[in-house]
Amino acid sequence: MADYQNLFTAVQVAGPVHHGTELHDSTVERTGKPFLLHLAGRIGNAQIGPIYLGPLGIMSLMFGTLAFNIIGFNMLASVNWDPVQFVRLLFWLALEPPAPGNGLGLAPLNQGGWWQITGLFLTISVLLWWANVYRRAKALKMGTHVAWAFAAAIWLFLVLGLFRPVLMGSWGEAVPFGIFPHLDWTAAFSLRYGNLFYNPFHALSIAFLYGSALLFAMHGATILAVGRYGGEREIEQIIDRGTATERAALFWRWTMGFNATMESIHRWAWWFAVLCPLTGGIGILLTGTVVDNWYLWAVKHGVAPPYPQVWGPVIDPATLQGAKP
Amino acid sequence: MIFRTLKLASALALGLLLLASCKEAPIERPMMDSVQTGYRGTGMVQVYNPRIVASQDALNTAPPSSPPLPDGGPTAKASYKNVQVLGDLSAGNFVRLMTAMTTWVSPKEGCAYCHNLQNLADDSKYTKVVARKMIEMTRHINSNWQQHVSNTGVTCYTCHRGNPVPQQVWFTPLPQNKGADFIGDNAGQNVPGKHVNLSSLPTDPLTPYLLEDKPIRVNGPTPLPSGNRSSTKQAEWTYGLMTHMSNSLGVNCTFCHNTRSFQSWENSPPQRITAYQGIRMARDVNNAYMVPLTDTFPIDRKGPGGDVAKVSCATCHQGAYKPLYGFPMIKDHPELVGKPTQVAESKK
Repeated sequence: MADYQNLFTAVQVAGPVHHGTELHDSTVERTGKPFLLHLAGRIGNAQIGPIYLGPLGIMSLMFGTLAFNIIGFNMLASVNWDPVQFVRLLFWLALEPPAPGNGLGLAPLNQGGWWQITGLFLTISVLLWWANVYRRAKALKMGTHVAWAFAAAIWLFLVLGLFRPVLMGSWGEAVPFGIFPHLDWTAAFSLRYGNLFYNPFHALSIAFLYGSALLFAMHGATILAVGRYGGEREIEQIIDRGTATERAALFWRWTMGFNATMESIHRWAWWFAVLCPLTGGIGILLTGTVVDNWYLWAVKHGVAPPYPQVWGPVIDPATLQGAKP
Repeated sequence: MIFRTLKLASALALGLLLLASCKEAPIERPMMDSVQTGYRGTGMVQVYNPRIVASQDALNTAPPSSPPLPDGGPTAKASYKNVQVLGDLSAGNFVRLMTAMTTWVSPKEGCAYCHNLQNLADDSKYTKVVARKMIEMTRHINSNWQQHVSNTGVTCYTCHRGNPVPQQVWFTPLPQNKGADFIGDNAGQNVPGKHVNLSSLPTDPLTPYLLEDKPIRVNGPTPLPSGNRSSTKQAEWTYGLMTHMSNSLGVNCTFCHNTRSFQSWENSPPQRITAYQGIRMARDVNNAYMVPLTDTFPIDRKGPGGDVAKVSCATCHQGAYKPLYGFPMIKDHPELVGKPTQVAESKK
């Protein structure tokens, strides 16, 4: 009998492949002959294909590929076109936004101009892909929940690279494209604006991030645990509650006094995931535009507690008379 | 089958974990030492790797020295020709310092590293001209930068440690070769930088702050915006300098800062004041003593752009929170303490 006690799905469904529901509003058909892949079946559906990109998907991939290549060739050029160094230093390399002095103007190509072009292309690519996701959901007569969750991530992306730099009046405030460099940017951003940990929206974002992981673990574990009673048929159990649901619900009432339902747990998960970039984006957008120093803001509003003085009074030497510049 | 393999693998992993946590197991490495330095629960802690600290013992042991000879007798300038600094020192103590300098700076090369042995007064070797300027510099530091060196002071050994050229000097790197300046600008960062602990921070945070005096502070004084236009990019440069300092001293950020607010002086340990003075001392030394020596040095002692070797925090500290762990070498060499606010003593 099939059960869910392992990392891998123990059931391999090998039946006739299908092309999916009929398309009503599309001029481009799905392409490719579907086939079954055993390894894919171990972690998901064994059927691969057919695929549908459509005009939006193809344009999105084109702009995305352009952006990806501009970043890559800038990185390659920065190590004098040496492929070995490109691979060795890949995590260090980056395409930097223009210097702050450049303001919001068009920068010279090699002093941030490439970054501006890349940012434009990547934004176009991401927005086209969003439209693609939205239209595919409509074509299948689904809800558009996935598109709106994706939009929350795009919100954070646009706050970092477009909305906030525009409000600050400088493209130099945006994030570089690079692995370590964008992390250094993050640390420097927190240092410049007086410690992002005192930004309440940053705190909310972290709560939703960790909360998402926790909810995901709780929900996945619960469904696997009642799989032997048919618990994986969650949608049916929403309206036709069976013993799987009863047991899962009772388990959580016993252990934490409250339980979500087969329906509401998915709303919990969706909102936690969506609120993570939503609140994070608000926190970034406020930084530098509305609040310049989060630590001082937290002191002013009684969020940052004072601690006992351990050392003698430490005074800024620059404020003392005769200070050397 | 695969499930049984998985079970076996997880049992093995669990066994290894248990073995590693067992005290008798030989595979456990010594733990890091952490020392609380501030109020409890605030993360004011220094973390030391005992293996690194042990490996630095020899480097940070001061060489043996003896107290100065009693003053009196003829002065150095009366006994020798061309004595431009320390002329009023007794000839005995002058020779004593020369001998000490040889062991500090050129133990293998001997007196001939600086002197023409046929005529010790001869200034033809560039090393002698540099050495004279360096004595002046040492006296200047010990008298005018007590806010940084206190009464511990510095000697030639603080930087040289038996090497004719201190091991930790720096040069301004050549600007990136950008070809036709069409593509691939790295903006002075985004390669593993030696001064920034191999991070992708700006690779040369020393030229703007330890040679020039670009503003280091990026934080504003008010919660809400009030005209502070420092950028995030600028913060990366400051961050680079701070990484250099942390690395040079072998300490965490919390040695000088309370990381809840890097800018707040009220929350900072007092070491931050010493570090503040140190930045200014390095800048002063570079501009007043090193840069004027640029033409004295031969080309093979200079950097890729023809600039002179310069000092940073690492030049003296060499990985220790205090050079030589604060051993006061200067107490046996009072001649290396100059007059306060003295300016150049020699003619050159």
